[in-house]
Amino acid sequence: MALEMGLNDAEYDKAVEILGHTPTLTEVGMFSVMWSEHCGYKFSRPILRLISNYRQMADEGTMENAGVIPLGDGLGVVFKMESHNHPSAVEPVQGAATGVGGILRDIFTMGARPIASLDSIRFGPLSDPRTKYLFRGVVEGIAFYGNCVGVPTVGGEVVFHPAYAGNPLVNAMAIGLVEEGNIARATASGVGNPVLLVGARTGRDGIHGATFASVELTEESESRKSNVQCGDPFTEKLLIEATLEALATGHIAGIQDFGAAGLTCSTCETSAKAGTGMTIDVLKVPRREKGMTPYEVMLSESQERMLAIVEKGHEDEVAGVFRKWGLNAALIGEVTADGMVTVMEGDACVARVPADWLADRCPTYSLEASQPDYIDEARSADLSNIPDAEDHNANLMALLGNPSIASKRWVYRQYDHQVQTNSVVVPGAGDAAVLRVRGSRKGIAATTDCNARWCYLNPFEGARAAVAEAARNLACVGARPAGVTDCLNFGNPQKPEAFWQFEQAVKGMAAICEEWSIPIVSGNVSFYNETPDGSILPTPAIGMVGILNDVTKRAEMGFQREGDIIMTLGRPVRGVVEELGGSEYLVTVSGIEGGVAPAVDAAAETALRETLIEGIAAGHILSAHDVSDGGLATALAECCMVNGLGAEVVCGTDDRKDVALFAENPGRAVVSCRTEFAAAELARIAERHGCPCNLAGWVKGDRLKIGFDRHAIPVDAAVYDMWTTWDTAIPKALAE
Amino acid sequence: MTFGVIIFPGSNCDMDAVHAVTDVMGQEAKAIWHEETSLGGVDAVIVPGGFSYGDYLRCGAIARFSPIMEAVRAHAAEGKPVIGICNGFQILTEAHLLPGALHRNEGLQFLCQPVYLRVENNDTVFTRAYKKGQVIQLPIAHNEGNFFVEKDEALKLETERRVVFRYCDPEGRVSEDANPNGSLNNIAGIINEAGNVLGMMPHPERACELLLGSEDGKGVFESLAAST
Repeated sequence: MALEMGLNDAEYDKAVEILGHTPTLTEVGMFSVMWSEHCGYKFSRPILRLISNYRQMADEGTMENAGVIPLGDGLGVVFKMESHNHPSAVEPVQGAATGVGGILRDIFTMGARPIASLDSIRFGPLSDPRTKYLFRGVVEGIAFYGNCVGVPTVGGEVVFHPAYAGNPLVNAMAIGLVEEGNIARATASGVGNPVLLVGARTGRDGIHGATFASVELTEESESRKSNVQCGDPFTEKLLIEATLEALATGHIAGIQDFGAAGLTCSTCETSAKAGTGMTIDVLKVPRREKGMTPYEVMLSESQERMLAIVEKGHEDEVAGVFRKWGLNAALIGEVTADGMVTVMEGDACVARVPADWLADRCPTYSLEASQPDYIDEARSADLSNIPDAEDHNANLMALLGNPSIASKRWVYRQYDHQVQTNSVVVPGAGDAAVLRVRGSRKGIAATTDCNARWCYLNPFEGARAAVAEAARNLACVGARPAGVTDCLNFGNPQKPEAFWQFEQAVKGMAAICEEWSIPIVSGNVSFYNETPDGSILPTPAIGMVGILNDVTKRAEMGFQREGDIIMTLGRPVRGVVEELGGSEYLVTVSGIEGGVAPAVDAAAETALRETLIEGIAAGHILSAHDVSDGGLATALAECCMVNGLGAEVVCGTDDRKDVALFAENPGRAVVSCRTEFAAAELARIAERHGCPCNLAGWVKGDRLKIGFDRHAIPVDAAVYDMWTTWDTAIPKALAE
Repeated sequence: MTFGVIIFPGSNCDMDAVHAVTDVMGQEAKAIWHEETSLGGVDAVIVPGGFSYGDYLRCGAIARFSPIMEAVRAHAAEGKPVIGICNGFQILTEAHLLPGALHRNEGLQFLCQPVYLRVENNDTVFTRAYKKGQVIQLPIAHNEGNFFVEKDEALKLETERRVVFRYCDPEGRVSEDANPNGSLNNIAGIINEAGNVLGMMPHPERACELLLGSEDGKGVFESLAAST
């Protein structure tokens, strides 16, 4: 039975040793969820310690529900990203909805008001009916929850690739604002303090969700719909308001949301963190179903619940706040000094477990890592036979119509991205979302990024590139990168190839963040993203938050006005066919998912970033867009389509037109300036930072023309035609 | 002028409305919890957007029974101004302070996007700051904004010039293409017979600052503030 719940023999024996007796059913359940990879990080923890911020927080015991970075003026920005992949694979609407709900609770449980969400989602090809169902469902779930709860969904990514066909990725990120002195902690401090369970009633939904997240998806996964929780965003909205109001009373000693492993996790973690214990009575837990056993109550993952540890004598006042908002507030127990979580059912003790063993001392494993065989083969793909062409219009159109590159308007218009009236740069307008901070000149920018194909070809470099792209996107709106959250999606870690991908990616991410002094303040690991057909692409999704000192000095991506000067920043391509390695273009024209993906030059990226930030702050740069999927031609097309303006651009080299147009070498951006003076000033700034800066052309007419010399104009397309292809690609694919 | 902004459980544009009328428009605002029974002497009432009671049962169907709604009804009966925005419009139709109903969008999807509106009647306390026929841009964000009313009532609305805002294209042409949600006659906002209760699906409070992309919504609050 323990095995079925996910504990192996050695772990079961260890549990018996710790308890000194044969565990009760409830105890087995508690051990198995807390010692799952999902909660206990038993496989990933040794690798995560390569991240210096993680190591520090783990050693100091300062790991909170989400990370915080200072904004200035006494405010902190709280943010985190988390996966909800497996639930979304079997029940897309509820899976995605509860993913959003869960990450929002991580934010407001710290006393921060959630101000924005982003969602990084990945699916199989849209031609597949199952994918259509999952994609529609996930977007509907995010909209259903986020819109109702009143937190704007301001950004994210949508990517389609066959490797995600059976196992979509749903990574939700949330951002909150908190007064630095008022950050709430998840500790059960103060022996004798009463413990309140607040929020929704407890049902049988989501029992063993954490364990479900810690196995591969199979044919039978469909039958695990009961492991998926059901979300109620209305209750969450009330819970946000009530929690923030209750925290403002100053009488909450500690508070923790219910995530994976429900009541088990929140009681154990808060107790372990404070070095205390807790006695609770499951009969006092408000329920929505009859006949629930202690085991079910302790393992339920019913949503929209929190555990509040209240200063003794103030329980009525705090409970009153929750009741005002129409929520339950049940006194279920009190803090003890014995380090044990004791679960009573009336007078009978049904479980008694040491909090620290469950919360912090999950057995960890050093798993074997070995480089997969495909890597050498894919990297050595022969690209010398890829033909160049005189006319690349059709190739550009094919890329613009590729759902991964195409406009995501069909998605983001279903999300309320303006509620709270702080959204300055909205989805589709810029490389990152920008929010103003009321009462301050500052702005907060946010993005999520990962080129998983590059991670597949080289997980170390791919993870570095994901960080670099996120930082570049922030710089393109004028923000300086301030902190990272990650959502590390990989296959089965017990397979050495998948574990190698994970290890390499963490090393790459940690290395570049350290080099750039961008702290990784929170994160999440999602393993077992595999189906019988294989593993997903290794996908270390990076969520990054940046700060603008003056939100009025920012840039969007679209060209602004006829006659504006177009410049390119960053090192141009060399013009050799190998530079197409790992590009979307290469897959589109040749079907080759290989070659050597470009590696990030950290110093060159920094030079570009500083040039962008300074150029935007000084007002010289009016629009900025980075060169990424689909290369320079796609980036230029996107700059044109936003405001329906054409451009005439001349590229430097014509050795390989395809490389110049479609290679994805990082560290480049397209910007526009109004006057020759501004362009010259920008060139001076770029030179000072050591960033190449070249005049590329002008905003002109209603066509995008990209030429190389007087004779070759391989791209000459009407902006309206490009826009039609790009804007309708996703709804068309769904309708087919 | 003091605006009273009603907060129902699940309202989520309440604080946006307060921000718009105070920080931007320089007026006074008072947040009023739905269990109150008095409006405390405010000059105008805003029933804000959001998902009151989670939109359970039907949008606005539960909120209409909140204690404060009696006071809102009395306030309206005295001829004082009431604006329902988005979910607030839905609540006002459920409360029969305005005719018609808001059905699900024709495309069956939630829509958050900017729309163009033609000011059909600028001879109201809510629109006198606009020019007649002026085209303004405001955001919508709703799942149920498809306005419907029976034929006779529609005729009344039109002949009595109680259609205040209509969805249109950037040039002010009212067409099917410019109708985001399937609303009858492209109707985006209406007033009651007495002209003191306005319901509209677009969000003027989201369009009061250039930093956020548009100031076109200010006219609604300016018009009201100028009326005292």
